[in-house]
Amino acid sequence: MSEKRARISYILFWVAAIVYLAPLVVTLSNSFMSSREVEKNYSTASEQYIDMNIIPEKVTLSQYSKLLIDSPVYLNMFWNSVKLVAPIVLGQLIVSVLAAYAFMVMRFRGKEVVFLLYIIVMLLPLQVTLMPNYIVADWLNIKESYLAIILPAVFNPFGVFLLRQYMKSMPFSYIEAAQVDGAGHGRILWSIILPMLKPGLAALAMLTLLDYWNLVDQAVIFIQEADKQPLSTFLAQINSGELGLAFAGSTFYAIPVLLILFYGQEFLKKGIAITGMK
Amino acid sequence: MDKEKMQRTKIHNWNKKIPLYMLCLSLVGFVSFYVIPFAVSFYYSVVDNPITKEYCGMGNYMELFQNPYFMKGLKNTGFFMAVSIPINIILSLCAALGLRGMKQHSGMFNLIFLIPLAIPSATAAFFWKNFFGLHGTLNKFLAVFHVPDVNWLDCKYSMLVMVLIFIWKNIGYDMTLFLSGLSNIPEQYYEYADVEGAGRWWKFKNITLIYLMPTTFVVIIMTVVNSFKIFKEIYIMTGEYPPDSLYVLQHYMNNMFLSLNYPKLASATYILTSVMVLFVACIFMAEKKISENLIS
Repeated sequence: MSEKRARISYILFWVAAIVYLAPLVVTLSNSFMSSREVEKNYSTASEQYIDMNIIPEKVTLSQYSKLLIDSPVYLNMFWNSVKLVAPIVLGQLIVSVLAAYAFMVMRFRGKEVVFLLYIIVMLLPLQVTLMPNYIVADWLNIKESYLAIILPAVFNPFGVFLLRQYMKSMPFSYIEAAQVDGAGHGRILWSIILPMLKPGLAALAMLTLLDYWNLVDQAVIFIQEADKQPLSTFLAQINSGELGLAFAGSTFYAIPVLLILFYGQEFLKKGIAITGMK
Repeated sequence: MDKEKMQRTKIHNWNKKIPLYMLCLSLVGFVSFYVIPFAVSFYYSVVDNPITKEYCGMGNYMELFQNPYFMKGLKNTGFFMAVSIPINIILSLCAALGLRGMKQHSGMFNLIFLIPLAIPSATAAFFWKNFFGLHGTLNKFLAVFHVPDVNWLDCKYSMLVMVLIFIWKNIGYDMTLFLSGLSNIPEQYYEYADVEGAGRWWKFKNITLIYLMPTTFVVIIMTVVNSFKIFKEIYIMTGEYPPDSLYVLQHYMNNMFLSLNYPKLASATYILTSVMVLFVACIFMAEKKISENLIS
């Protein structure tokens, strides 16, 4: 019975996987086509159906050489993305762990109200927060730098929200026991909470990375110089003109993230083992 | 003796304050980059225009409810959220449970579900446009069965197409959250239940669902947040003038943003936010009730 159920779910996952992989496969295979071939396939001029081919007529690396060798611009933009997103992920992790821990152990009036505020403010759409963010960045005199994008992202309430919720189902008796034994907050956080928090931290890091790796709007508003733009902005803007380059660029841009995600998901499923509890 | 005691209370007091500093770090940033913008935009929502800044009370709000574009956007956004959010949450929970029980390849499937979030939106939108468009692959396929060509991006069902694209993109997000939440449930609880001879459904209802509640709360909120982002895809696929059926609230907001009509933008947000607040407050209460009953 259970065997059969497992097999059915396995088949369902494979079917879903094909749908999920399709756009990646198209992007990947089209990145090995020449510009001319891509242009021809996607032309709608002659009232024909679009040819979404996945097998190139002739395999060529010309798009990649244009992207990676002919000019340093794209590699530089890729590096800009890294410089922008790495501090965001790291900062968000640190700030959120500390605040979520504080929310768990502190007892004060209005705690839940502050927490509710964290959640509600998160619901504001980007178009609305952009202009006030601009004003604040102006006050702090960081308008022209990456900090104007990094700081709001680091303090995004999502992390605090996720980790606090996550800590809720942790056995509180562990912490109380440690407190009785005289452990300070630093020690409790480091040796008790963090090891149990690994799946939550992995989820937070992965989702923050995904959220900001493809950011476009903030970069357009805050970064003026072309050579400081992240690659995501560029990729969002070339689709109409040089299609072939867009395919190669997207593949090149998505692969490192997928590798990191592959590493990160290992931690997602590691559960906690509770020993010595009633 | 007394000195030692004093020393200890000193350390104790300092130790007691640490969480406060931890919270403050986050609060300072949160206030400057989120609460202030929140307050500033409320101020704008009650003034006449961004230049003279004359107080006009509820004027902006009243005008919005008479604006046909705003109402159309509101209706379409409401429909989109009502359909896509529950489906997305239920499917991703099923997927997370499925992956959790899987012995091999679960890591690979997990990664596959995250691919849509890793591909730049413009590229993904380009793919879907060429799939659902008038000359797209779907029509090419349907033509084999002599189905006439339909522009799926401009018909009665286009919003459902957006629902599909949304689900395609966001299952991975919610699934990741659910997976991390599931690993937080101690295996022992299931073992105890097994000893008691509990059935599959009982375990799901009384252990998994209950202990997953805090995570589910995060998932609901984040799915709402992400559902606003579908605008990006619609915008890339249909341009500045989308068909009526795809005109969402963010089109209106975006136009207000581009035309620098900040008061209208802010009021539209506050209407949207107040609906959200009611909704969030309800699930917040429900969640609080359930998590108070958690055994720990």
